Amino acid sequence: MSKDAETEVSRSKLHGLWALTNRELKKWYQQPFVFVMGIVQPILWLALLGKAMNLSAMIPSGIPGLSQDAIMMQTFGTTDYFSFMAMGMVAFTTVFTTAFVGMSVVWDKRLGFMNKVLSTPVSRSVIILSKVFAASIRAMFQAAIVAIIAFLLGLQLGTNFSAWSILGIFAIVFLISVGLSSMFTTLTLRATRMEMPQATFQLITLPLMFASSAYFPIDKMPQWLQVIASVNPISYTIDAVRRLMIFSDGFGQLPLDFAFVGGFAVIVTAICVVLSWRYLNK
Amino acid sequence: MSQNDDVIVVKGLTKVFNHSLTAVDHIDFTVKRGEIFGFLGPNGAGKTTTIKMLITVTRPTEGTAYILGGDIAKQSMDVRAAIGVVPQEYTADEDLTAMENILLCADLYGIPRHVSKKRALELLNLVELTAFKDKRVDTFSGGMRRRLELACGLINRPKVLFLDEPTLGLDVQTRAATWNYVKTLKKEFGMTLFLTTHYLEEADALCDRIAIIDHGKIVVIGSPAALKDSLGGDIITLSVQKDEDITEIIHKVEHVKEVKKENGDYIIKSSNGEVTAPLIIEALRGKGHIVTRLSLTKPTLNEVYMQYTGRSMRDAEESPGAVRSQRMVMRRAHA
Repeated sequence: MSKDAETEVSRSKLHGLWALTNRELKKWYQQPFVFVMGIVQPILWLALLGKAMNLSAMIPSGIPGLSQDAIMMQTFGTTDYFSFMAMGMVAFTTVFTTAFVGMSVVWDKRLGFMNKVLSTPVSRSVIILSKVFAASIRAMFQAAIVAIIAFLLGLQLGTNFSAWSILGIFAIVFLISVGLSSMFTTLTLRATRMEMPQATFQLITLPLMFASSAYFPIDKMPQWLQVIASVNPISYTIDAVRRLMIFSDGFGQLPLDFAFVGGFAVIVTAICVVLSWRYLNK
Repeated sequence: MSQNDDVIVVKGLTKVFNHSLTAVDHIDFTVKRGEIFGFLGPNGAGKTTTIKMLITVTRPTEGTAYILGGDIAKQSMDVRAAIGVVPQEYTADEDLTAMENILLCADLYGIPRHVSKKRALELLNLVELTAFKDKRVDTFSGGMRRRLELACGLINRPKVLFLDEPTLGLDVQTRAATWNYVKTLKKEFGMTLFLTTHYLEEADALCDRIAIIDHGKIVVIGSPAALKDSLGGDIITLSVQKDEDITEIIHKVEHVKEVKKENGDYIIKSSNGEVTAPLIIEALRGKGHIVTRLSLTKPTLNEVYMQYTGRSMRDAEESPGAVRSQRMVMRRAHA
């Protein structure tokens, strides 16, 4: 073998990032079953839960001075509860998708893949960031699927909607996914057993979902729950998605939504990267 | 990187887990360029912990090591770039093909695609997996996976290759094939190899020098031949027809170190049994003695191992740890 190799090797701080990210993604798109299930699941959520909770039917019609639409509009910001909840699902699907990142970290440790990667000249943060990016790309795809299904099932777009909204939704979904997958990764950095990410997932998912505006508007919640919901980054993501898609009363706190979710993503990812330097090498 | 011939220099390397369990206890040794250096010891002796520190996956608690002049703790990125690792586990991604796995390894070393593609084909050829390059790894047998690990470990053309239990859980045939690859690597690429094993015959057949490690400490280092010699050499057992003391006659023969009489048999230690035995027969015939029975035993590493660790290798191999790791490998192979 010749000695030409050393001169051609290009190592940067971020080399290997795409290779590792692509490895994660291949495991997903090369598995037709996993891929299809990822599409079927949101259909079930939206078609069964979204259509079953026909809240406007609960409001009696025909009472003078009481308009069904006005009440719905005042409570949910749209006259159609399905649209309200569907946009919540678009945001919330990122939680389900990114939660698997913890499993994949533990899996790589158990199979020894992590040890092999650690013995190559790839920076520790790249190993972790590849997990985060792969999960975020999956989450963006998943959110797009949910949005398309919601549209097919009769989503009522608001006057706020424009072509830019689609870009905006991808941006906010990317930010929240980076934040969430960094969070799930951080929590499993030291774990060597599968039970750990599973337990974490169950512990975190429910409060994230119900202490958010996914199903019910925050300002109608009890005071203490409002406090929790107001620091829940999912709430801000959901708010942004709704403002971009189904609301008609202007963008309001949209910049705040982006700032809050962006800040969450940056801070959690930074914590994750710093801890990965410390905990990936034992 | 230094031009020194000492490729691996280990100085007081120590690893303590959780402030209490000392896995590796102040070890020192040096591996020379082009050498096959074997780390031999029972499970739990500290072999894997040592190799993990050397390949910069585990941080030493105390002491350090220099690989090709680079400090494993301070210049870990340079060390990683220069070494190759074939881990104990099957680490290849089962969902990817053999080719995809090798190219992934290449990417992790920052090797550009036009180089790595060519190199991957060469390596697949070397480990005889060319026909399976586009098959997913979950269809591979244990031996094929081990060969793939070897190919991955060579993708950056390392100057030092670390092999952690390269033949654990392999059948006899595949094990012999793996030994051949290892010998080829040394011969053709002048690579320095560091391997851990708990198979004595493997250490004996492959290694230029061996360190026996027990309870985290190196108990002895030397070439297999020298270690065996340290036990006193070959043993010749013989008996003669006449019941007459022949100790003096045997003592005068060349290479004979020691003669003992036990139950009418003479037990002779010699540094070179094959040469000594005919000489003894000759000398005895000259004095009118007829040899009725003669056997020659060469000391094995098992005896060396017993001598230094106080345990036979068989006991060590059957420890629960060995069984567990064996089972892990099997489970993965079946999954």
